[in-house]
Amino acid sequence: MTAPETSPPAARAAVPGATLLEVDDLHVEFRQRSGVVHAVNGVSYTLGEGQTLAILGESGSGKSVSAQAIMGILDTPPAVVTGGIRFEGRDMLAMSAEEQRKIRGPGISMIFQDALSSLNPVYSVGWQIGEMFRVHQGASRKEAKRRAIELMERVRIPAAAKRVDDYPHQFSGGMRQRVMIAMAIALDPRILIADEPTTALDVTVQAQVMDLLKDLQRETGMGLILITHDLGVVNEVADDVAVMYAGRIVERGTVDDVFTDAAHPYTEGLMNSVPQVEAKGGRLQPIVGQPPNLAAIPSGCAFHPRCARRRLGAAAAPGRECATDEPPLRLVVPGREAACHYSEEVLGA
Amino acid sequence: MGRYIARRLLLTIPVLIGASFLIFAMVFALPGDPVAALGGDRSLPPAVEAQIRDEFNLNDPLLVQYGKYVGNLVQGDLGIDFSQRPVIDTIEQRLPVTVRLAVVAILFEAIIGIVAGVLAGIRRNGFLDNVVLVSTTLIVSIPILVLAFVAQFVFGLQLGWFPISGTSEGWGSFLLPGLVLAAGSLAYVARLTRTSVAENMRADYVRTAKAKGLPRSRVIIRHTLRNSLIPVVTFIGADIGALMGGAIVTESVFNLPGIGRAVFDAINNQEGAVVVGIVTLMVFFFIFFNLIVDVLYAVLDPRIRYD
Amino acid sequence: MTDRQQAELRKDEVEAGTTTGLASPSVDVASGRQNSLWSDAWDSLKRNVLFWIGSVLAVLFILLALLPGLFARGADPDDCALGNSLDKPSAQHWFGFDQQGCDYMATVVYGARNSLIIGVLAVLFVLVLGVVMGAIAGYFGGATDSLLSRVTDIFYALPLVLGALVLLRVGPTTNIPIINKPGPAAVALALALFGWMTAMRLVRSQVIAVKSADYVAAARAMGASHRRILVRHILPNAVAPVLVYATITIGVLIAAEATLTYLGVGLQRPTHSWGLQIEAGQSLLRTAPHLVLFPSLILTLTVMAFILMGDALRDALDPRQRA
Repeated sequence: MTAPETSPPAARAAVPGATLLEVDDLHVEFRQRSGVVHAVNGVSYTLGEGQTLAILGESGSGKSVSAQAIMGILDTPPAVVTGGIRFEGRDMLAMSAEEQRKIRGPGISMIFQDALSSLNPVYSVGWQIGEMFRVHQGASRKEAKRRAIELMERVRIPAAAKRVDDYPHQFSGGMRQRVMIAMAIALDPRILIADEPTTALDVTVQAQVMDLLKDLQRETGMGLILITHDLGVVNEVADDVAVMYAGRIVERGTVDDVFTDAAHPYTEGLMNSVPQVEAKGGRLQPIVGQPPNLAAIPSGCAFHPRCARRRLGAAAAPGRECATDEPPLRLVVPGREAACHYSEEVLGA
Repeated sequence: MGRYIARRLLLTIPVLIGASFLIFAMVFALPGDPVAALGGDRSLPPAVEAQIRDEFNLNDPLLVQYGKYVGNLVQGDLGIDFSQRPVIDTIEQRLPVTVRLAVVAILFEAIIGIVAGVLAGIRRNGFLDNVVLVSTTLIVSIPILVLAFVAQFVFGLQLGWFPISGTSEGWGSFLLPGLVLAAGSLAYVARLTRTSVAENMRADYVRTAKAKGLPRSRVIIRHTLRNSLIPVVTFIGADIGALMGGAIVTESVFNLPGIGRAVFDAINNQEGAVVVGIVTLMVFFFIFFNLIVDVLYAVLDPRIRYD
Repeated sequence: MTDRQQAELRKDEVEAGTTTGLASPSVDVASGRQNSLWSDAWDSLKRNVLFWIGSVLAVLFILLALLPGLFARGADPDDCALGNSLDKPSAQHWFGFDQQGCDYMATVVYGARNSLIIGVLAVLFVLVLGVVMGAIAGYFGGATDSLLSRVTDIFYALPLVLGALVLLRVGPTTNIPIINKPGPAAVALALALFGWMTAMRLVRSQVIAVKSADYVAAARAMGASHRRILVRHILPNAVAPVLVYATITIGVLIAAEATLTYLGVGLQRPTHSWGLQIEAGQSLLRTAPHLVLFPSLILTLTVMAFILMGDALRDALDPRQRA
């Protein structure tokens, strides 16, 4: 276990509130015949009331898997989850499956990227939303349907009363994602995890869905974990951002700080690979190379094979050789952590 | 939906007519003389022979013969056999036996097949999964003829658990033949269920169901099985029609007087009217249950709309 | 077999055919992906135990059929002594004796040849009928397709063994060539006439899947004839699913032959045939079960050989189904 003291809680939320979730040195492995896949390798963060934490990373960075581990919906085995996940102070990994289940819905809930495949095709949307009330609160069918219509109105689905008996395939992509959101907020969860909620949607619809999520958060004060690879979305809605690479958090701070001046070469690379309104005239520089194979993560800093600033052999400072020495996540300037031996050089570059 | 069913019904008519004509042509039109064959080694008195020829319109051209046959068929008259007995009577007497056999077979197929498939599919590559895989491969490889005798020998003669011949013991008489008749389909249902369940267990909406905090039993039953069983239920539905389509071997080995046995006897005796009547009925069942399945599909899967 | 035949063939269609997606519409045979399909398939087959069990059984069966003398352990199936009638299996005579006092192992071994002939012949007939009709229906579409598809529906509604039973029963009194001469060829043709439909549907769906692909359009634009486009560009895509189907179907048709023979319309005495042996043994099931047991066992192993090989082939050729 890496010492959690080196990663103090990122409680610098724009709206400070009580701590809802503490994730402490979370590891997730998938044991397969071909070998062990290390999907998440020591992730720690906290989330407070009303706070929005964006988790940013490429596919395969472990951002979705860590979220599913927090939800407790990974199949174990093959997945092996270790570390600490405390929801309102209670250790979820020490709970029985039944206790864990009861947190899903009223405590933490989740929406997924592809609403079409994530909604059951053979039940009406009203049935699927109402299922939350029937299962968790023992509501009658009629009551559940009435409240499903209310929820559909709350997420601004037009003609909700008429559409409540329609099936998922009869909705547009944006409306389907609203159905997912309605289902997820049905029981007023304390935390909502949104896993790439807008990736599958048109740009205009993306903005509407993000606005909806923000409004809902303002009304309910829930904590929001936003998993995405879209820097634009992060910039718009998140308070804090954690950048993940190869199953680790490599940089963390407030969105403003990180986006203004990256402290990790990977974050820097991400910023340079998308067009930015502020930095006109610059050249787009994609990050070279492929995301790491999680069954064989490079030694030292996992990012070093792709890193433009790596220092190998004699060029490196003692104990800070990029290919052999793994950089810890450390405080580099107040309010900012990064896992790079040379963050000070990256900052301000 | 109504229009779809109507169109499907219209499409089945040429198939029904074509299939019954095919069998009619084979039985009545191929050169050769069913009437002479009736007499066997001795020849019939000319007057009797003429009467039979007249009765069966054997002197008309084939299409006229068939036209007259269909004309009568529509009025519920399937003709008479050589001993002057209406074919419809034979069917009325024999059909309940075949229906019982099919019911027992379908129950075996559905219950054992689905349970085995679900157990295998939920834990893919687990112990039960491998048991189901190996046993279904074995069962599919055993010809029903062999299976019938093995079942008779082991469960009937050696263990004495089941009656092996006739219908004297009510539903009990149908257990062993029903199991034999169901075996192949049972293995297929198990495999189909296994594949379907294993696929659905990985579906995104099952992940959603877990994220909703539903109990595991509900995740499996309402969100995995409900979806997985759509292809299984439709296969079983269509299989009713196929099983009704003549359990010739099973009914012969187990000495059950159903329509399969009746058509076999009639083929051997070249009783054309009986053969055509029963085969037409079998084709009708086959087509009918396939139509039911098409409709069922739309009911079970809201994504399918035929309009 | 009637009972299961219909279902069996329908399953084959599901398993071998329309659902496998073996032939991807965008892949021309000329391109490397088809080659890698076959070499990947071979790699997978090599590691499949069931494939090897099936292959060994099939080779044994073919040897039985070609060189029965090798396996009869010196006995002649037609050299019988009534004194040995119904003797049980022994160290000398592994399968015992039948009612006529003939060495039963020799009798059973000599039954393999007709099964092989009929199985292979019937599958060839099925493929000719199925491929020709399926290719024409799929390629030309429209009214041609509607007509051929309805004809297929009509035959599909008739159970295989029932249709073959009627045809073989009236066959000898007709003047239709092959069918009117009782023997292996007549049985094979009768089975094929009522068993080609799945092959037709398989080929038809494969042809429809690839006929609008770019490389077919290119061939058409370059003025290739219908025949050339079909034979050179479209049909090769159907080879994989048809091969899977044909392998399994050999087994299914061998079982169907035994059934027809058992029912009295297939092969006739004094031919050696498993169906006839089972038929003769059934009334003695109580006293001499070995008479039914041994031909049943060999018949089952034979059918299993082809089904195992076909199953393995399907798994190998369809990467999507691989775990």
